[in-house]
Amino acid sequence: MLKIENLHASIDDKSILKGLNIEVKAGEVHAIMGPNGAGKSTLANIIAGKDDYEVTAGTIELNGEDIRELAPEERAHNGVFLSFQYPVEIPGVSVTNFIKTAINQTRKAKGLEDMPAKDMLKMIREKSELLEIDRKFLSRSLNEGFSGGEKKRNEIFQMAMLEPKLAILDETDSGLDIDALRIVANGVNKLKSKDNAVIVITHYQRLLEYIVPDFVHVLHDGKIVKTGDASLALELEAKGYDWIKELV
Amino acid sequence: MELKDKLLSSYVAFENDIDTNSDIHEIRSEAFKNFEDLGFPTKKLEAWKYTSLNAVLKQDYSLFPSKGNSIQLSDVQKYFIHDIDTYKLVFIDGKYSSFLSETTHDTFDVCLMSAALTKPKYKAVIENYFNKIAKKDNLTSLNTAFASEGAYIYIPRNVEVEKPIQIINFTTGSEAAIMMQPRNLIVVEQNAHVQIIERHQSLTSNPVLTNAVTEVFAAKDATVDIYKIQNDDISASLIDNSYIEQKSNSVVSVHTFSFGGNITRNNLNFYQRGEHIDSILKGITILEGKQHVDHHTLVHHIEPNCESHQDYKGIYDERSTGVFNGKVVVDKEAQKTNAYQKSNNVLLSDKATINAKPQLEIFADDVKCSHGCTIGQLDDDALFYMQQRGIPEKEGRALLMFAFANTVLESVKIPEVKQRIAKIIANKLNVKIGFNL
Repeated sequence: MLKIENLHASIDDKSILKGLNIEVKAGEVHAIMGPNGAGKSTLANIIAGKDDYEVTAGTIELNGEDIRELAPEERAHNGVFLSFQYPVEIPGVSVTNFIKTAINQTRKAKGLEDMPAKDMLKMIREKSELLEIDRKFLSRSLNEGFSGGEKKRNEIFQMAMLEPKLAILDETDSGLDIDALRIVANGVNKLKSKDNAVIVITHYQRLLEYIVPDFVHVLHDGKIVKTGDASLALELEAKGYDWIKELV
Repeated sequence: MELKDKLLSSYVAFENDIDTNSDIHEIRSEAFKNFEDLGFPTKKLEAWKYTSLNAVLKQDYSLFPSKGNSIQLSDVQKYFIHDIDTYKLVFIDGKYSSFLSETTHDTFDVCLMSAALTKPKYKAVIENYFNKIAKKDNLTSLNTAFASEGAYIYIPRNVEVEKPIQIINFTTGSEAAIMMQPRNLIVVEQNAHVQIIERHQSLTSNPVLTNAVTEVFAAKDATVDIYKIQNDDISASLIDNSYIEQKSNSVVSVHTFSFGGNITRNNLNFYQRGEHIDSILKGITILEGKQHVDHHTLVHHIEPNCESHQDYKGIYDERSTGVFNGKVVVDKEAQKTNAYQKSNNVLLSDKATINAKPQLEIFADDVKCSHGCTIGQLDDDALFYMQQRGIPEKEGRALLMFAFANTVLESVKIPEVKQRIAKIIANKLNVKIGFNL
């Protein structure tokens, strides 16, 4: 599904990714862990197409297609979803109307008509129940005045609505209490299938107790320095990141 | 000939056409003298520092267009709010069009200023209200001097007018350039309600200059909502002078939607003569090209325990320029005044300009007055967020702009007007998305 080779990227001439390789296949869950400043969020943003970053070398392929030149919305239309570490507040646009617009613009890009209002409402009801989101919440302005936990739950709600092929969860566990974490993880697990893939970016092992990864990668100084199975996350939790730095 | 001279010399001809024995002749003559002394405003005047009429005044305007220009309803229907039943006062090149209008005299009057100024039936109202709150400044005086046609609306006590009233001024372009001076009087008696939609629409690319004056009187407990739709052709300029007097417990709102036109100057003046009055002034301005809109507002708090709320949103692209000059005066007697003023602006281009100037003159010591002015750009992070969810950049920008303006739009009480404005905004932003936010 996603194949990244020798990715080098920088922002304002500061080199952040320095030859990163990763391959994610359909049906897999990958966790990317690593200390602050390792380049985890940069990687997520580059896959999603944020133009603050300059890709200086390497390739990013989604289902065999090079997506480096695609606009963020085109990547979204191809099934890329990024759950933001810091979801943006958009006053004046309600959660419901935002997601309706997102879905219908995505359908339009695929040459489809708008989703019938009845189907949309049904889907919104199902997915909001899955994430235990209150009705009233849906008519509020997007992310405005939301708690950290509400913002993250709203991200996963949107993910459930958009049914992406590749979901990247950037520090989705930060700001969540244990109940919210369970709800969010449950939502992600319900959406998992053999046809889609999930990349979980996190500092801590906590979320991985609920979303069990097939692979755990350690990102350090712009490169993946170690890859293992779920047990690697436990090892990192126990030993911290310092021993990784010594590996390099 | 300069426009001023042309106006001065044509006044004699104008007087020949009207009844100079009428009571308002004196008012006209005095106003004429006033304009003769003052002339057109120049940038040397503080109130006109950011708006120059020079280029607009250079056109050779026809002042008294010939009668009988007709237009097909099908050609202009789109300029009406046509999906609901309304009263209509329609003027074509300044002349009343009975064909396009729907007036009434049942229980209340929705009719013509020309009738009100000449018929005995209306004499008392004209004596009490005509030109009573309009300022004696240059442009208002000019309008008063030539005042002859426009909307006359009189709503007696306790009458709730169920249908909105539309006042539409069309210009057809049968003349090379045309100057219009509509004069409206709206009197809403105690506990009466009325909703009014105003529009000036040029059907030509020939230059049009409109210098309109509207006086509104809201008696005790009256409710008046006025919606000004300014989406005119780029060759049309508008000076819209509105004067609103309110008595105790009345609520008057004016929404000004400025999307089109060449130069638009809105002089919107509220005078609060009573207690527990609420005055609401809201605006959305979306400009591009070299368009220029100048909002000059005044709220004069004269008595205690009143409120005013101003909320103006502006989006300026390309070389467009905007002015927001919001003046709030709180007299010494006007204790417990709550006066709020907000002007939020987005500049989409580094060539666009906004001049924002709050002016607070507060002589009372127990009041709440706030003013806030922001000038910013569209939030790139919000745009990326939207794109990430599949909303293309253009639509994302439009949605952000719409959301920005929506605090003003959501207070529009007539759903069809709200939808129409949303549609105009979507067209203006060149997107096909429903802004059903």
